Amino acid sequence: MTNTKQIMIETCGLTKTFEGGEKQVSALKDVNLQIHTGEIYGIIGMSGAGKSTLVRCLNFLERPTSGEVIIDGRKLSSLSDAQLRHERTEVSMIFQDFNLLMQRTVIDNVCFPMEITGVKKKDARQRAKALLEEVGLAEKASNYPAQLSGGQQQRVAIARALANNPKILLCDEATSALDPKTTKSILALLKEINATRGITIVIITHSMSVVEEICTHVAIIDEGNLAESGEVEEVFTRPKSAAAKRLVLPESSKAIDEMKSKRCVRIVFSENSSFEPVISNMILECKAPVNILLADTRDVNGTAKGQMVLQLPDDEEVADRMIRFLEERRLAVEELEGYV
Amino acid sequence: MNAFLEQYGELLAQNFGISIYMVIVSTVMAYVLGIPLGIILVLTAKDGMRPNAAVYKALDTIVNIMRSVPFLILMVVIIPFTRMLVGRSYGANATIVPLVISAAPFVARMVEQSLLEVDKGVIEAAQSMGATTFQIITKVMMLEARTSLIVGATIATATILGYSAMAGAVGGGGLGAIAIQYGYNRNVPSVKWASVVLLVLLVNVVQAIGMRIAKRLDRRITG
Repeated sequence: MTNTKQIMIETCGLTKTFEGGEKQVSALKDVNLQIHTGEIYGIIGMSGAGKSTLVRCLNFLERPTSGEVIIDGRKLSSLSDAQLRHERTEVSMIFQDFNLLMQRTVIDNVCFPMEITGVKKKDARQRAKALLEEVGLAEKASNYPAQLSGGQQQRVAIARALANNPKILLCDEATSALDPKTTKSILALLKEINATRGITIVIITHSMSVVEEICTHVAIIDEGNLAESGEVEEVFTRPKSAAAKRLVLPESSKAIDEMKSKRCVRIVFSENSSFEPVISNMILECKAPVNILLADTRDVNGTAKGQMVLQLPDDEEVADRMIRFLEERRLAVEELEGYV
Repeated sequence: MNAFLEQYGELLAQNFGISIYMVIVSTVMAYVLGIPLGIILVLTAKDGMRPNAAVYKALDTIVNIMRSVPFLILMVVIIPFTRMLVGRSYGANATIVPLVISAAPFVARMVEQSLLEVDKGVIEAAQSMGATTFQIITKVMMLEARTSLIVGATIATATILGYSAMAGAVGGGGLGAIAIQYGYNRNVPSVKWASVVLLVLLVNVVQAIGMRIAKRLDRRITG
């Protein structure tokens, strides 16, 4: 299915180096990404990993030092200034701090991108009204941004971003300044926009829960490198890179225990496996205790995913049997090195 | 009181008018020069939208030099230029020339500071929408900085009023001139005090109006 889809955003060997006096800082190193039409693509990484630079390279707010960015078949580096500005009207962006024009009313903010592209004032206002309706803020049209809450301001920013019917919506930490409940509602709105308009969405975030909530695909950026990318479910279930494992298993979940064994496994449950009491059965069958170091449930794209970290007994043979037992139940089992 | 007004009322009113005329014309012209200068300073700065070290450095230096020359000295130094421009070196119109030359760099700095206060993120957002530099200046920066620009204009007007009074000492017209002519040279303290009171009133009225407009137009304040 994915193969037949059109590539909307592609980066080839994307590299960005900042000259900081005598020091050179590599923000991005040879990043190759492919984002297909209609995907909600998460780009996740720790702060300072280079993800903000990456997203700014996608609309050339930041010009890459080397490498190419190809949007819908067009190489951005080959465009003239005027062509680039036109391209930018089709690649919208929303920001962590909303970046609304504080001296303009809500509706005038939404009209602003259409002013830039020369849409007739009457048509622009009509369209702005419809967009405000869509984001649920029709009655705030003549208010000023300072009179709105953070979540409402981001809704205005989303309406504004949609004004020129873009193909792509870039979200730079769009929910990082919002509380969890508002974050959820903004993410739901983005999901709805993706579903109804088929617009490709790129989400920059440092939060795994944002990726789990709405992304179909994810790329993990670590110190300027693309550590791993793929479908969210795949990366969540079987993280390969150290950076991915760090994000899936929060550092704070490391626990102290009295079992001396160093052997730990992480198992991931999906909905079909949650009926059988797997752990109890395993303990009964192997007749040895395990230590549960971590257990939680997350909602990955609407599917409940449970994860658990078990510390296995010292006895190698029993431990092996336990792993086999879990694998037979088609759970994703992964040995963790150095977890305890 | 009546006798005073009868004797000097016309003189005071006339020179009050001249002061206002000089200040308004000078302020407007200083802004005609200062706004583009301020914009160019912002654009060509190192982290501006059109970085250009040579242009920035040149303008920055000129503005700094002009601002450090005391007004009275500047006025005297440029007398030949003033004469060339308005035909004579005294009177209201002749005072306007040094007033503009002295105030324009000051205004440029104020405009620069106001524009620099505009949130970089908002400018970035406009860029991400495909706005041209011109659109960003006119539709984003000037509008977002409106409050700060008006406060700046208020300060500039009050400063120019002060300079214009100073110019009275060396042959300019207006309230400053009669304060010196009558108060100092002819020793008529009542005229001196009357013009001082009028000057103080003028500055305060300008301040009050400017601040009120700035506040009324600021949309960042809720309610």
